[in-house]
Amino acid sequence: MQWTTICSKDDLVKNAGVCAKYGDQQVALFLCSDGQGEEVYAIDNWDPVGQANVLSRGLIGTVNDTLVVASPLYKQHICLKTGACLENVNSNVNAYSARIEGNHIQISSSAPA
Amino acid sequence: MKNSMKIVVVGNGMVGHHFVEQLRSASPQADILVLGEESRLAYDRVHLSEYFSGKTAEDLALTTPEQYETQNIRFLTDARVVDIQRDEKQVVLESGETYSYDKLVLATGSYPFVPPIPGNDQDHCLVYRTIDDLEAIQASASCSKVGVVIGGGLLGLEAANALKEAGLKTHVVEFAPQLMAVQLDAGGGRLLREQIEALGVEVHTDKATTVIGKGESCRYALRFADGSSLETDMVLFSAGIRPQDALAKKVGLDLGQRGGIEIDDVCKTSDQNIYAIGECALWRQRIFGLVAPGYQMARVAASDITDGELQFNGADMSTKLKLLGIEVGSIGDAHAKTEGAMSYVFEDQPNQIYKKLVVDSDNKKLLGAVLVGDTQDYDTLLQYALNDMVLPEVPESLILPNVGELAMPAAVLPDSAIICSCHNVSKGDVIGAIDDGAGDLAAVKSCTKASTGCGGCAALLKTTFDNELAARGVEVNTDICEHFAYSRQGLSDIIRVEQIRSFDELLAKHGKGLGCDICKPAVGSILASTWNDYVLSPDHVSLQDTNDTFLANMQKDGTYSVVPRVAGGEITPDKLITLGTVAKEFNLYCKITGGQRVDLFGARVEQLPLIWKQLIDAGFETGHAYGKALRTVKSCVGSTWCRYGVQDSVGQAISIENRYKGLRAPHKFKMAVSGCTRECAEAQSKDVGVIATENGWNLYVCGNGGMKPRHADLFATDLDTETLIKYIDRFLMFYIRTADRLQRTSVWMDNLDGGLDYLKQVVIEDSLGLADELERQMQRIIDSYECEWARTVKDPEATKRFRQFVNSPDSDENIVFVQEREQIRPATQAEKANKLKQLESIDVRQLETEEA
Ligand code: SRM
Ligand SMILES: Cc1cc2nc3c(=O)[nH]c(=O)nc-3n(C[C@H](O)[C@H](O)[C@H](O)COP(=O)(O)OP(=O)(O)OC[C@H]3O[C@@H](n4cnc5c(N)ncnc54)[C@H](O)[C@@H]3O)c2cc1C
Ligand code: SF4
Ligand code: FES
Repeated sequence: MQWTTICSKDDLVKNAGVCAKYGDQQVALFLCSDGQGEEVYAIDNWDPVGQANVLSRGLIGTVNDTLVVASPLYKQHICLKTGACLENVNSNVNAYSARIEGNHIQISSSAPA
Repeated sequence: MKNSMKIVVVGNGMVGHHFVEQLRSASPQADILVLGEESRLAYDRVHLSEYFSGKTAEDLALTTPEQYETQNIRFLTDARVVDIQRDEKQVVLESGETYSYDKLVLATGSYPFVPPIPGNDQDHCLVYRTIDDLEAIQASASCSKVGVVIGGGLLGLEAANALKEAGLKTHVVEFAPQLMAVQLDAGGGRLLREQIEALGVEVHTDKATTVIGKGESCRYALRFADGSSLETDMVLFSAGIRPQDALAKKVGLDLGQRGGIEIDDVCKTSDQNIYAIGECALWRQRIFGLVAPGYQMARVAASDITDGELQFNGADMSTKLKLLGIEVGSIGDAHAKTEGAMSYVFEDQPNQIYKKLVVDSDNKKLLGAVLVGDTQDYDTLLQYALNDMVLPEVPESLILPNVGELAMPAAVLPDSAIICSCHNVSKGDVIGAIDDGAGDLAAVKSCTKASTGCGGCAALLKTTFDNELAARGVEVNTDICEHFAYSRQGLSDIIRVEQIRSFDELLAKHGKGLGCDICKPAVGSILASTWNDYVLSPDHVSLQDTNDTFLANMQKDGTYSVVPRVAGGEITPDKLITLGTVAKEFNLYCKITGGQRVDLFGARVEQLPLIWKQLIDAGFETGHAYGKALRTVKSCVGSTWCRYGVQDSVGQAISIENRYKGLRAPHKFKMAVSGCTRECAEAQSKDVGVIATENGWNLYVCGNGGMKPRHADLFATDLDTETLIKYIDRFLMFYIRTADRLQRTSVWMDNLDGGLDYLKQVVIEDSLGLADELERQMQRIIDSYECEWARTVKDPEATKRFRQFVNSPDSDENIVFVQEREQIRPATQAEKANKLKQLESIDVRQLETEEA
């Protein structure tokens, strides 16, 4: 797998999202921490329902134990691990593999395992 | 039924559409094809007249192409079926295309009957049934001064209202001796006529029109059999409807003598593979010209096709309407035709009210009723009639005024009682929905569909629901979400008592999981109204909805709006100039809001701190347009300038706005102060309204504009300023502590046990001994107020979040504006695509020149 460093860990906000450029693409990065461990997730920033680049500005949380972001525009929930939309399969987005390497945030264009 | 059964539906009116929905939910696999002759998909014909009061075709639509597509329903509009080849089981469109079916459903509705009067086919002679008709009426009305409706029935009077609204001198011409002869008796008809004439609509009864000829002062003249005549510029026929059975007739299905496609108890026609439902269908020699019976037929046909067992057993034709603003109700046997029937009549001429009860020969059961001018008793009477309930000892008490509050029989209704006849929802169904977890009225509506048709049952549904909840005490699940087993009020108490200051702490002690977009903002709000810490501090920032995170309202294209506070709506010329300068520099769209201030739209996230820096430097503060917090305190000009003003309403509004600005609450709240009883600040539509009197201030609470307007309740009168503020402090804090998430004060009040009286006891008489504590909590919030934007622009850590990309200085290319009326607006998707295409073509040309 090819990893690309796209920003540093300090750029992220705990339990919230930020947006980064990955080539020409806009990627939403989320740093999730539950007190025990930290994990970073990456999905498209493009909201297919609202038709705007806003997913990084949504609230994150769990719905029936699925880790999700709620779109700030029309509130549909997107799974952070797979990019699947819980309300409507036509509104799924891409998810990317992402990891924390020291102070670097890296992503890979392949979908997460 | 077979899995891939092909169902073709002819007609996409209200009933055809209802059938499609029912069938789809019963059978996800059925292959459904809808063929509709109109240019649009199904819309709400019942509320058609609202088109004239501002509703658009989209507002009336019952579905959209996208919705049908996602439900996997194939459809064609502008598709008229002209033939059915019953042997081959296929239908033929006007275009010649054919479609085969296993089962065919005719839902062709009806068409307006136009009496065979010579001249009835000229321009400006119109009917009233479809949106296209309405467009034609609007066009005709715009070049007419006088209009006549032929037909004084229910639809005729609706049509008359439309003409009157359009500003025409309006006449109604009726063949019978009275208006609404089907639903009303002579007494009711007379009173209705008086009221309609009082509105300036002229009513002509006993008139048979013989010809529509050329007019003198107007375009046309109607001539009547009695020799009289009437000049008019346009004619609207509303002389009844006829079942649309031409297609059925052509292919030899059995019809009634006076038309209508004959159906049996499962809505099958004389062909076993063809059903007919809605207004085109004739059941036991009856046509049902209302939507509720049509919906029942739709359910029966869908059930029969999917091997269900529903049967059609006839339907109730009672109606309650508002015609030209006059309330009219008709139930069952309004004309007392049943053998032995007797009636009670009450008429109040000064107040223009007429009520009649028709009872059976034993004086025990209600057979029918007529109500004109006041239909408050309609729900109660209808339930008596439909459920065969035994009448009270003194039946007339049901219609006589001032004989004590008449209890709605919701509590005593049997479970089988139909609450909503449009969707056939019984009291038992409502109870079932509550059992299955529907915790509020909206949930009950969405899972039973009750009250989503004609809307006539709304009041009864609410009473039934409330009674049911009351009967169960606290069984209802009020957990805020899956992460906390507490209501908002419960969480608020915990946070205060245990002095919890962060979401993580609360979650660790009392919740589970990570939280979600429901509990996080709610807890954020409770923390803010308890401790008032900076909302963008690291502990709180991830709790906020995007609007609070970026201290601005997100717009549809991902940009934000900027709304500085303009307390009381008072603003200096210099500040106005600043707003203009800033808007110009950042190319922002400017609009005066409904809250007496200025909204600047189209700011990119990275521009927000720069814009606000300039605004703060010029003395502005955040307006909290994004927060569930105080929005505006609207004021009128008051005694300073206005010749009627009795107090300084502007001064009071500014001081109130500055006192409560930044206060976070379960939902946003608004206030207003008017300088006298003329009420130019519309205080009675606000959560807190203040109206000046000769002796001080009257306080109103729990008003609401918005989706469901509610007039505020008068809470206390002639208060001095100190008491006024004390009461508002207590009122607001009590609301903040006890209301549900996203519950405006109006809804909170409507759900408050004990209502207004209880609230007065708590706030004025201090019955809970809480008053001091509420005031102290309020004072703490007021003392710790800090403008969030002033703090944010000074804080580099906080401004870091206002970047489009954490790793690039670029901005979002998807944000594109175009010019309209000399300002920007977001480009539509089509415009964006176009722009891209233009760019590409420019590129190509540049390439060519470069090569050349
Ligand atoms: C800008 C403005 C319209 C305008 O151009 O005039 C407006 C715009 C919005 N209104 Fe409003 N409302 C505006 C005055 C009103 C008023 C009139 C008033 O305040 O006197 C009402 C009815 C009065 C009332 O609230 O009782 C009003 C009733 C609503 C409602 C329905 C609330 C309800 O209880 O039914 C919503 C939806 C909600 O809050 O859930 C809403 C929601 C919104 C939102 C926030 C929708 C959204 O989430 O994007 C709009 C975004 C504002 C923005 O981007 O800045 N807006 N809205 C007005 C801002 C006033 C201000 O200066 O702050
Ligand atoms: C102004 C107005 C106010 C009303 N108010 C009320 C009220 O308050 N309460 C109430 O209960 N009812 C009311 N009604 C009556 C209610 O609208 C009807 O009962 C209901 O719409 C009937 O539904 P339907 O589907 O049977 O017929 P329609 O809604 O008429 O639909 C039939 C559809 O079939 C199409 N069609 C016909 N023939 C063909 C063909 N050969 N091929 C393809 N398509 C075809 C038609 O174009 C039409 O779109 C009102 C009606 C009007 C006009
Ligand atoms: S409410 Fe009274 S004081 Fe205020 S502007 Fe109207 S008339 Fe004048
Ligand atoms: S009776 Fe028409 S919506 Fe309930």
